[in-house]
Amino acid sequence: MGGFVSRGFKRRRRPAAGEATRLPPGQYAEPGFPVLTAGPTPRVDLASWRFKVEGLVKTPTEWTWEEIHALPASHFEGDIHCVTRWSKLGTSFAGVSVDTLLEAAEPRPEATHVVASCYGGYTTNLPLDDVRGGKAWVVWDHEGAPLPPEHGGPARLLVPHLYFWKSAKWVNGLRLLDHDAPGFWESLGYHNRGDPWREERYWGD
Amino acid sequence: MGRLSWRLAEVVEVRPETRRVVTLALEVPDWDGHLPGQHVDVRLTAEDGYQAERAYSIASAPDGGPGGPGDRRGGPPVGRVELAVERLDDGEVSPYLAGELRRGDRLELRGPVGGYFVWEPGRGGPLLLVAGGSGVVPLMAMLRRRAATGSQVPARLLYSSRALEDVIFREELDRLAAAGDGLTVTHALTRAQPPGWTGYARRIDAVMLEEVGWPPGQRPLAYVCGPTRLVEAVAGHLVALGHDPARVRTERFGPTGVP
Repeated sequence: MGGFVSRGFKRRRRPAAGEATRLPPGQYAEPGFPVLTAGPTPRVDLASWRFKVEGLVKTPTEWTWEEIHALPASHFEGDIHCVTRWSKLGTSFAGVSVDTLLEAAEPRPEATHVVASCYGGYTTNLPLDDVRGGKAWVVWDHEGAPLPPEHGGPARLLVPHLYFWKSAKWVNGLRLLDHDAPGFWESLGYHNRGDPWREERYWGD
Repeated sequence: MGRLSWRLAEVVEVRPETRRVVTLALEVPDWDGHLPGQHVDVRLTAEDGYQAERAYSIASAPDGGPGGPGDRRGGPPVGRVELAVERLDDGEVSPYLAGELRRGDRLELRGPVGGYFVWEPGRGGPLLLVAGGSGVVPLMAMLRRRAATGSQVPARLLYSSRALEDVIFREELDRLAAAGDGLTVTHALTRAQPPGWTGYARRIDAVMLEEVGWPPGQRPLAYVCGPTRLVEAVAGHLVALGHDPARVRTERFGPTGVP
């Protein structure tokens, strides 16, 4: 639909220096941290909290809250992008690298995909390669404070190179599979992979 | 499924709802209809090529809402879609949509989007709808659909606004509630109440949800839409009252990033 101009529309937001190149197509910089959730926020007791890596692994492994904190710490600093068009630039999270969790569980060679599961029942699917090689974390700290429940606390998945619905809130496990299996939003019209730089928002994008 | 492509819609009506909210009625070529609760993406393009995109909930029922059914006979279907847009003074897109746009203007949109926060009469009930401010918009699409299909699914809307003059769709909600088909509408006015107001004059809380909502044993389907603080509070109260979290669906609305 080239050439269409919205009569009388003018840009109001002036991007800050460097912002324009950090914003994927169709996104705007949002100073806050909006909350988007499909249902009630689950309240998870830390004493009963568990995180499992299972499925096509040699050593299915489960961690308690204390055990996962004893793993080597890992930190992310950078930008996140929500499919609802806001991006939050220059934010930070801390937790553990998914690489560390996979190392313990030892993926079988036939594993190609993962499905993240969550307290509350949410799921999201990812190619295994999108959660290893320093690209994904399980985080419980946001900008130096415990991750609030409405943002996914006690812990959420963080996959910042994909739209943020892949960064499942209240995450409690990863199941490794030898095939792809669409998760919650992926079954309801949202793109299977969700790369913001390719603007993969919806089915068919 | 094919890509949701951008379509050039025409504004056929601009209808003020409140001092901050405007209904835009659009005719959209090749529109296949939508489910009540879904939204569309809107894209604006400035003369210098700058583009801004935002999502807006559809207020109309799939049949086109109160303005009449879209013309689907002969030729490619032209759907009628109504959006209700709240003007946010520091926004970039909403002041244009709810201030600048006139009848005859055109607007790029694509959709419908979203397959979870949706309701059709066939999904049953009883229905508990809880709204804050412009969060009523997708719920209005559900109530319009319910009325248009003659559905008798019992439904209760609990709707929080700052003041009576901020209540969106007030007269239409009054009419729908007076139809005697099993819908009740309850308002909560949080900041200002007219003289003689006997209704709720506070934010929605657990007591109000217990008084207005359905007992958990009736397993209502709940749809909650509004600002994050309201949605978080209401969804939390509903679960604490004993409602099944899997039957409570939420959607955030209005300004993002506001704590």
